[in-house]
Amino acid sequence: MTSAILVSILMTLVAASTPILLAALGELVAEKAGVLNLGVEGMMLCGAVAGFAVAFSSGSTTLGLFAALLAGVATAMVFAVLALSLNANQVATGLALTIFGIGASSLIGAGFVGRTIPRLGPIFPAALSEHPWLRVVFGHDILVYLSLALVIGIGFFLRRTRPGLILRAVGENDASAHAIGYPVIAIRYAAVAFGGALAGLGGAYFSLALTPMWADRLTAGRGWIALALVVFSAWRPGRLLVGAYLFGAVATLELQAKAAGVSFLAPEVLAMAPYLATIAVLTMMSLGRRTGRLDAPACLGKPFSAV
Amino acid sequence: MTSIITRRRLTFGAAAASTLPLVGRGAQAQAPLGVGFVYVGPIGDHGYTWTHDQGRLAAEKHHGAKIKTSFLENVAEGPDAARAIRQLAQAGNQLIFTTSFGFMNPTIQVAKQFPKIKFEHATGYMRAENVATYNARFYEGRAVIGTIAGHMSKAGQAGYVASFPIPEVVMGINAFHLAARKVNPNFKTKVVWASTWYDPAKEADAAKALIDQGADIITQHTDSAAPLQAAEQRGIFAFGQASDMRAFAPKAHLTAIVDDWSGYYIRRIQEVMDGTWKSTDTWGGIKDGFVRLAPFNEAMTPAARAAAEEVQKGIVAGTLHPFTGELKDQKGEVRVKAGETASNEILSKMDWFVDGVQA
Repeated sequence: MTSAILVSILMTLVAASTPILLAALGELVAEKAGVLNLGVEGMMLCGAVAGFAVAFSSGSTTLGLFAALLAGVATAMVFAVLALSLNANQVATGLALTIFGIGASSLIGAGFVGRTIPRLGPIFPAALSEHPWLRVVFGHDILVYLSLALVIGIGFFLRRTRPGLILRAVGENDASAHAIGYPVIAIRYAAVAFGGALAGLGGAYFSLALTPMWADRLTAGRGWIALALVVFSAWRPGRLLVGAYLFGAVATLELQAKAAGVSFLAPEVLAMAPYLATIAVLTMMSLGRRTGRLDAPACLGKPFSAV
Repeated sequence: MTSIITRRRLTFGAAAASTLPLVGRGAQAQAPLGVGFVYVGPIGDHGYTWTHDQGRLAAEKHHGAKIKTSFLENVAEGPDAARAIRQLAQAGNQLIFTTSFGFMNPTIQVAKQFPKIKFEHATGYMRAENVATYNARFYEGRAVIGTIAGHMSKAGQAGYVASFPIPEVVMGINAFHLAARKVNPNFKTKVVWASTWYDPAKEADAAKALIDQGADIITQHTDSAAPLQAAEQRGIFAFGQASDMRAFAPKAHLTAIVDDWSGYYIRRIQEVMDGTWKSTDTWGGIKDGFVRLAPFNEAMTPAARAAAEEVQKGIVAGTLHPFTGELKDQKGEVRVKAGETASNEILSKMDWFVDGVQA
C-alpha cells in the first residue's frame, strides 16, 4: 500500500466519521440530562435540507451551516414540547420525530432535487490543506475540527464544571435536582436543543460537505448509528470519538478491500460489520459490569413533572 | 391532472368506480382515463423512480384532460405492494403501471381480481391476459459508455460502483467491460458492491476507494449522483446514471445513460383509449427511445466521440450487439458461442462475469 492511498483512506475515514460523531455528541448531552431522543435521524435530515436550501439560495455555506443548526434546534423543540412539557412517551415521540423529519425534509427539499453547490472546503491555506501528507491533519473542513473540539469541550463540561454536574444530576436523579431547586425541565430543554443543533450540523455535513446535494433520505440511516454509538461509548465523549472513528474505519476499509479485490468475506458480511461490532461491544460491556445498566443515566427516558 | 392518493379520495374513487357500470358507455367515454403508477422509491430520488415519474408527467402533458394520473410512491416490494396496487385498481384506474421488479407477484395477483383493468409491470417476466411487461435494454447504453471509457481512461482501469449482483446489474457490468475491452484489450473493470441502491455517502466512499486503487474513470449502478461528485472532486471522469447528471459534476460528467419511459407510457395509454391494448412483452433499447445518451462533454476526445456514435449507430441498425460471441465466463466456460448473440433468456438470467472483470 503506497502512502498516497493511506493518506486518502485516512481522509475518507475522517469524513465518514464526522457526521456521526457530531450527531452522537449532541445525543450524548441530551441523554446525560435524562432525555432519550430517538429522533436523531429526523433532526439530521431537517438540518441537511435546511443547510442545503439556504446555502443554495444564498450562495454561502456558512449561512447554510447556521440554518442547519437552527433547523436541528427547531425540530428538537417539537420533541421537547411533546416529551418534556406534555410528558409524552419519549420513545414514541422520538420515533415519530424521525418519521416526521423524513417527510418534512422531503417536502422542503422537493424544489432542490438535482441541484448542487460548491463543497464545504478546508479551512487551512492550500499549502497545508493540499500538502501530500500534511493534509491528513490540515486538510479538513471546519466541522471536523469543531467535532474534535467538542469531544474535549463536552468531556470537560460534564466532568469538570458545575453546570455539567447539574446537568448530570438532572439526568441521574431528577426529583433530587428539583428538590434542591434546579429547573429540571428548563435544563432538559437546553440539552435537547443542544442535541438538535449538533444533529442538524451532522446532517448538514452530508448535504454541504460529503455529497453536496439534496436527495430524499440523504443521511441513509446514520442517525441510528449515532444513537447506537452513544450506548457503545457508555456516555463518555472520549469513547464516542473512538467508536465513531472505528465505525468510519470499518466502513471505509470495507470498500477499500473490495476495490483492491480482497474478498476474504462476502460483501454482505462486511456490510454487517459495524452493527455486529456495536452488538459485540455492548455485550462485552454488560458482561464486564454485571450491573446490567451500563452507566446509563438513571432517569434516562423517564418523564418528569414537578408536582 | 395529478393527484396524490389519499384515503378519502380513494373511498370516493371506489364509490365512483362502482357506479360506472350503471351510467352506460356514453358517459364513460367522456370521463378521463384513470392511469395509476406504483413506485418503489420517492419521486425525489432524481434516479430510477424520478425517471418513471417524468414519463408519467410526459404522458399527462401529451394526453391532457383525456387522462387522470395518480401515483403511490415509496411502496415496499413484496406482499404489501398488493394492497397499494389494489387501492389504485379500486380507485377507478383502468391502466396501472407497477414499476419495480418486486411488484411482479402482487401485480399478477391483483390483476386476477380485476380482469377488466390493464396492468403493466416493469422489469419482470410474468404476464397474463391483462398484464403486460416492459423493460429497457440499459446494457446498450452501457456498451456506449464502455466504449467511451476505453478511449478516455489513461490508466486502462474503470471503477464500477454497483448495487447488488442481480442479472440487470451483472449484464450492465459485462456490457460496459466488453465494450471497453474492444478499445483497449488490457482494460480492467473493478467493481465495488455498495450493497445498497441508495446511500449517497457510501456510494461516494466506494468511488473514492476505487479511485485510490487506480481507477481513473468511474461508472455506477446505484441511484445517487454521489459517485459522480467524488470523481469531480478527484479530477477524473465519470458517467451519470438514469438521468442527465451534468449539473452535479460539470467537468467529470462525460455523458449519462438516460432512462426515458415517456414514449412507452404515451403509446400504451393511447392503446387503452383506442381499445387496441394487448398483453405484450416490450424490451426497448436505444432504437426505441427507451435508452438515450445525455449530451457528450466537450472534454471527450474526437476519437472517443466518434467511436461512441459508431456504437450507437450499430446498435440502432442492428449490426452491433453488445453481447456477441464468443463470450466466456471467468471459469472459461463458453456462454455465448462464436458468431451468436446472447438471447433475451441468457441476458435476463445473467449471473456470470466475463474475463477481466474484478467483482
